[in-house]
Order: sequence, then C-alpha cells, then structure tokens
Amino acid sequence: MIRRFFLPAVTLLTAVVFIGRLISLQLLNSSYKLLSDGNAVIENSIYPERGYIYDRNQKLLVSNQPVYDLMAIPENIAVFDTLEFSKILGASKAELKEKIKLARTFSVKLPSIIVGKISRERNAVIQEKIWKYPGFFLQKNSVRNYPISLASNLLGYVSEVTKNDMKKDNYYHLGELIGRQGIEEYYEHFLRGKKGKKFYQKDRFNRIIGSYEDGKYDVPMEGAQNLYLTIDRELQQYGEELFQNKRGGIVAIEPKTGEVLSLVSAPSYDPSILIGRKRSENYRKLALDTLAKPLFDRSLQAQYAPGSPFKSLNALIALQEGVIDKETSFSCQKGHFYARGMFMGCHCRPGTNNNLRSAIYRSCNTYFANVYRRIVDRAGENIEDGMNIWNEHLKSFGLGNYLEYDLPVGKKGFVPDADYYNHWYKKGGWKSATVVSNAIGQGELLTTPIQMANFTAAIANRGYFIQPHFLKAISTDSLKKVYEKKETSIDSIHFETVIDGMYQVVERGTARIAQIKGIEVCGKTGTVENFMKIEGVKTQMTDHSIFIAFAPKDDPKIAIAVYVENGYWGARWAAPIASLMIEKHLTGNVKRKWLEDRMLNGSLIAEYEKPYSGKPFVINE
Amino acid sequence: MSKSVFFRLDWLLLLVYLALVTFGIVNVYSATFSETSEGLFDLTQAVGKQFFFLIFSLFIGIIILSVNSKFFEQFASLGYFISLLLLLGLFVFGNTVSGATSWYNIGGISFQPSELAKVATALMIASLLSKFQSDIQTPRTLFKIGAYVLFPFFLIVLQPDPGSALVFGAFFFPLFREGLNYSYLIIFLSVLSLFFITLSFPFGVVVGIIILLIFLLYFIFKKLNPKIKIWPFLFFLMISIGFSFSVDYIFDNVFQQRHRDRINIVLGKEVDIQGVGYNINQSKIAIGSGGLKGKGFLEGTQTKGDFVPEQHTDYIFSTIGEEWGFRGGFFLIFLFCLLILRIILKAEKQINKFRRIYSYGIAGLIFIHFFINIGMSLGMVPTIGIPLPFVSYGGSSILAFSIMIFIHLNFDANRLNDW
Repeated sequence: MIRRFFLPAVTLLTAVVFIGRLISLQLLNSSYKLLSDGNAVIENSIYPERGYIYDRNQKLLVSNQPVYDLMAIPENIAVFDTLEFSKILGASKAELKEKIKLARTFSVKLPSIIVGKISRERNAVIQEKIWKYPGFFLQKNSVRNYPISLASNLLGYVSEVTKNDMKKDNYYHLGELIGRQGIEEYYEHFLRGKKGKKFYQKDRFNRIIGSYEDGKYDVPMEGAQNLYLTIDRELQQYGEELFQNKRGGIVAIEPKTGEVLSLVSAPSYDPSILIGRKRSENYRKLALDTLAKPLFDRSLQAQYAPGSPFKSLNALIALQEGVIDKETSFSCQKGHFYARGMFMGCHCRPGTNNNLRSAIYRSCNTYFANVYRRIVDRAGENIEDGMNIWNEHLKSFGLGNYLEYDLPVGKKGFVPDADYYNHWYKKGGWKSATVVSNAIGQGELLTTPIQMANFTAAIANRGYFIQPHFLKAISTDSLKKVYEKKETSIDSIHFETVIDGMYQVVERGTARIAQIKGIEVCGKTGTVENFMKIEGVKTQMTDHSIFIAFAPKDDPKIAIAVYVENGYWGARWAAPIASLMIEKHLTGNVKRKWLEDRMLNGSLIAEYEKPYSGKPFVINE
Repeated sequence: MSKSVFFRLDWLLLLVYLALVTFGIVNVYSATFSETSEGLFDLTQAVGKQFFFLIFSLFIGIIILSVNSKFFEQFASLGYFISLLLLLGLFVFGNTVSGATSWYNIGGISFQPSELAKVATALMIASLLSKFQSDIQTPRTLFKIGAYVLFPFFLIVLQPDPGSALVFGAFFFPLFREGLNYSYLIIFLSVLSLFFITLSFPFGVVVGIIILLIFLLYFIFKKLNPKIKIWPFLFFLMISIGFSFSVDYIFDNVFQQRHRDRINIVLGKEVDIQGVGYNINQSKIAIGSGGLKGKGFLEGTQTKGDFVPEQHTDYIFSTIGEEWGFRGGFFLIFLFCLLILRIILKAEKQINKFRRIYSYGIAGLIFIHFFINIGMSLGMVPTIGIPLPFVSYGGSSILAFSIMIFIHLNFDANRLNDW
C-alpha cells in the first residue's frame, strides 16, 4: 500500500505546501506589492516652462532660452577620436575622458551629463558632427534669457536648489531650479508653476521602457505665470546708463499708484553671466567684490543719512504740530550757535532772514535747527514726549520700518525716539540741542533710497502713499491685490507751503540745474557727510550727493530719490540725474543732451579708489 | 492502428496537457513581450519558436498515437542507445550556451538531447524491469538499473548541467513502486534530511539531534517489536554522524561558492538580495506582488521590467504568479497534481508491466520538475535550472514532455488491446 501511494502522497503534499507558500506570499504579505512598485516604477517630474517677466509696457525683460547638455550612455560609446571631439566640445581632452570615466562608474546603461549647458552656437556645431560619436546625444534644457542686461538685483536669478532649500520646502528635489533674489525669488510660485508627475515602467537596469499603466497615475503640471512688472524698461535702462561709473541708486515711484517705475542699484552686473557653465565662478566673483558690492541692492538695502531732503518732513511736522506757521522766520549768520561753543554752519549769507519757503529753497540749516528744536521742545509735554511725537509722524511716512514691498530684501532704516536717547544719555541727560543734527537729516537718522522715494511720493500726493510695489499683473487674472493707501499724520493743507518751497528749490534755489522746460519740478537737494573706517580709523569721506523730486508739481506722475555715493553735493550728480529721469519719463526723450552727456561720461571711480590708494587724500575738493 | 484509438483516449489527461501548454504559450508570450513583437508566427521571437515546437509536438503526438504500442517496447533499447550517442556527440558538435555544452544548433534551432534522454531512459528502465528474468530485489538487477540511469546522468553532469542530471533521481519513484527495498527509501530520506540539518546547525547540535532522533526511533521500534537489537541503531548513528561530518567537509571544500550560496539562501542563512539571492528575491517579489487576482496579462511590472532573470524559462512561474495572481498559481499547481495523479491512476490500471513502469517513471519525472521548478520560484528549493514541463520556454523540453505524454496516452488507450 505504501508503495502505491507514496508518489501520489508526495505529490499532494508538495502541492499543499506550494499553495500554502502562495497564500503567505500573495495573500497575507502585502510588502511584496510595495517592493514591486519601488522596483519597477519610476516617477519622473515634468516641469512647466518658467514664466516670462515683462515690464509695465509688455516689453520683455526675462525669457527662456534652450541650452543643451551633452549626454552619454557609456555602454553605447564606440572608440572615437577624443582629441577631435574635445575640440568640438570646447573642453579639454583630459576633462572629457574623466567625465566619461565618471559616467561609467555611475552606470553603463543610464545616461549621464558629460558636458552641461552648451550654448546654442556650440550646439549647432556639435549637432553636425555628433553622428560620428555613437553613445553621445544632446538633451535640450532651458535657462533664463535676458534680452538686455538690466535690473539684475531687482530681477534676481535662478539656480539649483541647495540642501537647505529642500529642507525648507519639500516641493523641491535635487537638481531642480529655484529663483534667488528679487522678483525671481519673491514670485517663485507664480514663475515656476507646479511640476507634474509622470510614472514610467522601468526594467532591471533602471531603463525606462514605457509609461506605467497608460499614465493612469500621472499628475499634469500646472502652467507657470508670466509677470508684468511696474518697472518701465526704458526708464530703468536710462537710469542704469546714467549711473555708469558711479555708485548709488535711483528709486522712481508713480505716486498715485505706488508702482515702482525704476529701481537702479549701481554698480550692477550683467544677469546673463549667472546662467550657463560659468555661473558659479561668476557668482563667486560678484560675491567676493566687497568694495563695489554688485550683489548689494543699494536702493533697497543701503541705509544712508537722509540729509537735507529730510528738512521737508521736519517742516511738515512743525506745521502740523503748530510750532511754526509758514511765515515764521529765523535769521541766519552763516550758521548759528545751538549751544555754548557749538556752531552749526550754513550756506546762507550772514544776516539772511528766512521764512519757511525760502528756508527750504536755501536749505537753511539754522532755520531747520530752530524748527526741529521747537518740535522737540514744544510739541509735547516734555522733550521725551516731543521726540516721540516727531518719531510717530515720521513713521507715518514709512520711515524706520520695512515698506512691505514685494521684494525679498530690505532694511528698516532708523528713526530715533526718546527711549533711544534715554539709553544713550540717560534720562534727562539730553536736550533738543543735543539731538539737533536730526533737524538737517544727519545724526542718528537712517533711510534707504526707496524710503526716500516713498516719502517724496507722500509729499507729492499731499498726505498719503500707496504701498510701493513691483508687480503690476500676472498672465492670468488670478491676482487681484489691492495695495493699501496709507495716510500720513500730516493734514493735506500743510503740504502746499512745503511743496512751494520745493518748487523754488528748482526754480531759484540749490537745484536750478534740475529745471525742465515746461515741467514744474519740485525737489530738494542733499549733501550728506559720511565716514568710513580705514585701517580702524574713522575717516570722513567725500559727501554723498542726494536729490529727491517729483513732477509735475500739481499732478505728480513721478516721485524720485537719487543717491550718488561720494558725489560731493546734491546738485552736482543727484539732481541732474533725477531731472533727466523725470524728463525721460514725462516727455519720452531728453532734450538736454549736454547734461545727459555730462552725466553719462562723468565718473566717480577715482573717488572710490581714494581710500584704497594707501596715500593721503583730500575730500570735497 | 484503427481510428478507434481516439475513442479510447484519456481525454481528461489530454485536456490537462493542452491547458498546460496553452497556459505556457500565453506566459512565454508575456514574459518575452516587447512592443515590437510580431506575435506567435514570428520565428525570430521566443514565443514564435515555442509555438512552432508546440505544433511540431502535437504532430509527433498524433503519429505516436497511431503507432502500435509494442513498437515502443522494442524500440526502447535503440532509443536509449541513440540518446546516449546524442549526449556523447555534444562533446564534439555541441554548442556552448552560458557555460554548458548542452545544445545542438541546427539551422538556427537549438536542440537539447538531455531532454530526450529523459524519455529514452524512462522507456529503457521500464523495458529492463519488465523483463521476465529481472528481479528488483537482486543486486544484479539493481546494478544494471543503476548503470542505465547513471550513464546519461554522468554524460549530462559533464556538460556540465547538474540540474538536468539531478532529475534522473525521479526513477527512484517507479523503482520504489516496483518493490525496491524500504531501506533505500530510509537511506534516501535520511540522507536528504541529514544534509539539510547539518547545513542548518553547528556540528555539535547536529550530533545531538542525530543521537536524540535515533534513540527515539529505537524506543519506538522496541515498543513495536521487543526483540529488536540496539546495534543496528548504533551503527546507523555512527554512519549518520560520519555522513554529517562529511557533508560539512564537502560543503566547505568540494562545493563551489555559488553552490553554497544557493543552498544557504534557501536555508535562510544568506540575505544578500543584490548578489546571489537576487533571482530568488526578485521572483518572490514578482509572485508576491500578484496578490489574489494578479496584475493581468501583459501587465506584470516585474515581468515587463525583466527583473526576474530567465523568466520565460526557469522562472516562468513568477510571471504566472505576478500576472495571474494566486488564482493562476493555484490553477497551475492543481493542473500538475491532476496530471501526475491521473498518470499514476492509469499506470496502476496497466496490466502490462513495461507500460506501467514507463508511465510511473514519467509521473516521477514530471513530479521532480514540478517540485524543483516551482519550489525554486517560491524560494523553497535551491536554484536548480530546470524547466517547468509544458510551460517553460524551450523547444526540446516541450517536445520531450509531449512525447512522454503521448506515449503514455498510447499505452493507456491500448491497455485492453494488446499486452
């Protein structure tokens, strides 16, 4: 019996064991399903083309251009003339061999990049000859393209994500691109769109052999947005040209809307050097230039003393607080003693008697010292109170804080209050005379050029400003952002006198060079003392040249602030530049070629090199 | 023969056979599928070749069915002689594929004589044992049979194709059925279990287990038969320990690393899933990912990705497991059980000894293939590269197994006629 049933029994037993094994593998254990998916399915991302950036008149600022990566699948490479091929590629023979070796160690069956970011021109050459080199092929890729070199710091650039970026936002994966600085960074989400996913079936060598389940699980990408900035390309370009060989910045705002018409920071750089093969090398050069600081956006980040333009604000505050009226006058003796032995100089001739209007166009230090002391002394119950009232008024103009514009960098600037001085001088240890430098925009005050342009716009608007911004529209209508109108704490009736004074600055005062035929320009010059540390010694440098202006007087279309570092005095560089910008913006072309030429050709490079020459030098000569 | 043979045919077995070959073609198609496949009639594709061999096999099958059954008995010695010549000829004319000289290449079509040797040997053994003067209990007969099995066995080992050679162990089943002494079964089983115990545990533990088992056996037998003596058990104990020791020695010194690896993986001692365990692991992933219903025909991601090596040949079961799921695997195992049991059932009914032994022999051969191949795909048996009969890709294999089945069908149909 055993003999007869042995093989049948063994067969059945085997079958039962196999079925038991099948149950445990297929029905009870789900981990093999997951293993299979990880094994055989590859997930690839697909990217929408990054959005274009246009100026306010739909003129192109940033687009994309194709670049090519030379790829190779090592197992397909045949013997070839490395020397000839390296010549075609524009790479050294050793480099080429090294890259192929690296690719081989990575995988012989998967493509690797041999030479990345090949320009269109070289691509054309390679395309013609690549048939000679089996195993190599060109893969199209996209990088930023800049039709004209413009507004680099404002626009920002694009580069590969770092580990940190990936940690911060798990949207990003290795090798993907992210916007950095400026618009590219701030509006990253609009510009990049949303990547999609595509699932592929792969084989055991990780080669893709088709789509997985006919794309059932694929996620479509969401289109990137094109951005329309408030920037005027012509004006921006003109501003950058005017600033060649100078350092500083221009901020031009349309007062009625808060739209920033141009944002110049000089020196700048050509944005196209931050794409392509030499990106990192070029970036390092820019970052290491600690003297010219091309990556430092002076119009947003540089904090300067506001200088004489600040007198307009003090005038407004004094009027609002009722400590002066427009006829209040003070006499000036080429300056005055504000305390025993403490003299503040002034350009006024001895015996000049200024009312508010003439004090503005003559930029009389004596007058505003007195005005400021009245604010501090009389506006409140005591000087601390007075100081804080002054501080509050300034804050309503957007000083001492970020303006919440749509760019990722900025500085708060600084407006002192009573606590600040109590800290420095102890409570009761200071008087209005102690802080009198604030009267003329020196002292502890710090402002950025965009803050200056913004308060100029507030004066032009007779009492309010719109939050300054750079984005006008995006390609779909999904952006319905309303920019906040911010009222200043000064009643509009007080503005006319100050504006009249600023008009006279250009008509008969310190900035007659800023006159434009047929346009009523209001402005205020500034000449700001500044210091730098040279080998540990605080050394006074040539004054900064400052000008704020708006025009036309009764229907302001542009408010502008110009800073020219070490530009001697306000009317020497800043006022002409601002005036040319206004003329360009309002009339479309500049008639004063002589002034334009002087600005374009003028250079302050020698001035900037002085402190590094190692020789003694004179300033403000 | 008259056409009446077709009325006496075992249609159930033929149906099972046809189901298996059809399922085989379908899965070979899937395992070798690519977008450029032309289909069944493209002879440059694996599935096309397989289809050609299947048609050819069916043609041969019809011829076999119409031949007088006595022919095979007379033909047995000649067939065996021819198959040995073919195996010998390999050393001169053979074609080497992945290290083994197992193939003749005739006009682009490969032919593997070791497959045919299985049928020939089955016929030869049956012929030998059914001779009037043969007595399986006598050493003379046993020696003869051993020699007839070992001739092809060694010729195949020398190719070297130890996997194919191993299946000749299948002849244990008909021999045992025909009255081979029980002691051979005990030796056969003891050797097998000792082999795995020795490799699974350290030598000291193994000795302990052996002593314990043998004393247990002794006391059980003592209960059944109080007269039994202890010295055969002590002798058996010494032999076992000696064997165990030599297994250790052979394993470490005679086996090559790849053999050791294959065995270690099955024993669970190795978990190197990238290296030697790759095949088994991938096969398990493919089967496991199939679930109850499978991923569907041509939808197996593991199969498409070629993750499982040799999938259309030795690992065809992983394609079935992945694409047809538990239901497909169960169905296939069921078919094989049905096939083997049906052959045995019919064999037992044979009055003619030659035909009975032959049918029993091929049942054993099919079982061994079934056991090793599916066991390997499931990760339960060491990797031994032999095909799954009727299902795996391989022209010679499908031809040889078809011939086996059709000869059996012939014998069965003519059971009551001429004996």
